[in-house]
Amino acid sequence: MTPLLAVKDIVVRRGRRFCLKIDEFCVRPQEVVALIGPNGAGKSTLLTTLACLTPPDSGTVFFGSEKVTKKNALTVRRKLAVVFQEPLLLDNTVLENTVLGLRLRGQKQGAEDKARIWLKRFGVDHLAGQNALTLSGGEAQRASLARAFALEPKVLLLDEPFASIDVISRTALIDEFKSVLESTGTTAVLVTHDFYEVQALASRTVVLDQGTIQAEGTPAEIAVHKTWGGLSKGVSATTITNRVDGSRL
Amino acid sequence: MDFIGQGFIKALQLLLSGDKEVYSIALLTIKVSGTATLISLILGVPMGLYFAVARFRGREFMVGAVNAGMGLPPTVVGLWVALFFWRRGPLGFLGLMYTPAAMVIAQTIIALPLVAGLTMSAVQQLSPKLRLQILALGASPLQFWWLILHEVRLGVLAAVMAGFGRVIAEVGASMAVGGNVRWYSRVLTTSIVLEVNKGNFSLALALSFILLFISYGVTYWLTVLQQRRRQV
Repeated sequence: MTPLLAVKDIVVRRGRRFCLKIDEFCVRPQEVVALIGPNGAGKSTLLTTLACLTPPDSGTVFFGSEKVTKKNALTVRRKLAVVFQEPLLLDNTVLENTVLGLRLRGQKQGAEDKARIWLKRFGVDHLAGQNALTLSGGEAQRASLARAFALEPKVLLLDEPFASIDVISRTALIDEFKSVLESTGTTAVLVTHDFYEVQALASRTVVLDQGTIQAEGTPAEIAVHKTWGGLSKGVSATTITNRVDGSRL
Repeated sequence: MDFIGQGFIKALQLLLSGDKEVYSIALLTIKVSGTATLISLILGVPMGLYFAVARFRGREFMVGAVNAGMGLPPTVVGLWVALFFWRRGPLGFLGLMYTPAAMVIAQTIIALPLVAGLTMSAVQQLSPKLRLQILALGASPLQFWWLILHEVRLGVLAAVMAGFGRVIAEVGASMAVGGNVRWYSRVLTTSIVLEVNKGNFSLALALSFILLFISYGVTYWLTVLQQRRRQV
């Protein structure tokens, strides 16, 4: 099966330091890949590279079998959606925010109806007319997820989308998010520090450290991994700093 | 202190009696400073947006120049513009010396760094991730800049207010390149200086009140616009 998104031999540098050095990574249709690892491991860099937001210094990103270039990056971006840790809503109404991506992508007819459906799905349709900057963190992230799903992306890329939400709201939102993912069959890549999210949502887990892929497997396999199993133990929503053998990451 | 009260009454009298010279001076003040602000807005906003987001060689030098330009003394600007437009100057052939056009050019040079600098600062206060989010939503380059501008519109309005406030209050540049020619290039600030030099303090005060009315009126209108948008 042709992967939906893939990277080959990519290198991303920040000055002289390697941020990312990955020989091969792909996202297959309908899977949810969790990217985990300590701070500075390169998870977010890999996500923005996959989203065609930051081009790699070398190597190639593929969308299906198509090579992503400067020329077609916008077309590819318009087939994806990204949700960041902060909701990043614009100074406008919640509805306008949800409809924005559709309008930017040239879908004008029915865009508002579609946006309203997704706002309802995430339980924030009653806030449609309110300025998005006045929402609470949880409400704003729900609106942000509605905005992403309204785009019906081929791949949804999420960078710690639940990290800035309080524990009670987070658990509820993860459950809702899971049900939406399953019902729509959306392919997703999720960057997270929280193994609860990995177990709840992911079908495959990739461990990154120092910019390279260290391990790969199902969440259950990673949970018992001799080096990386520590990521699953008592690290919910905290920064992972120790390997299971006690050495510092 | 009686001077102040008398000056205020005289200002009202001049305005209510429809004094042609005062109206002509006030109108030219609005025209010159309004046009300079508009031009600095057209040039300064894209410049501020670009300097805030783009990374290019020499950016620090350009940003430093914009920041330094925010405190440019109007007299220095007047002197340099006069040197260029003087009959024997490199642009003397244009015949702009002692014209309102030369005053507009000088005032634009004064307002431009303010508009560009404050726009740049407004954009830099946005989360860098917001830029990525806008691109991720599928914005083309033109849509991207438009959305960024929309996000910083309150900051841009503040920049316009600061730019207009600075140029309507300056006197050095207008005096140097406009010449304070009666019925032609005389604006409120140059008139005030003239009346002070003549010892005509009550008229100078009256003109200063008119200048304050105009300055406050325009700024108030921009503030209303800014705050109304804030409530969307």
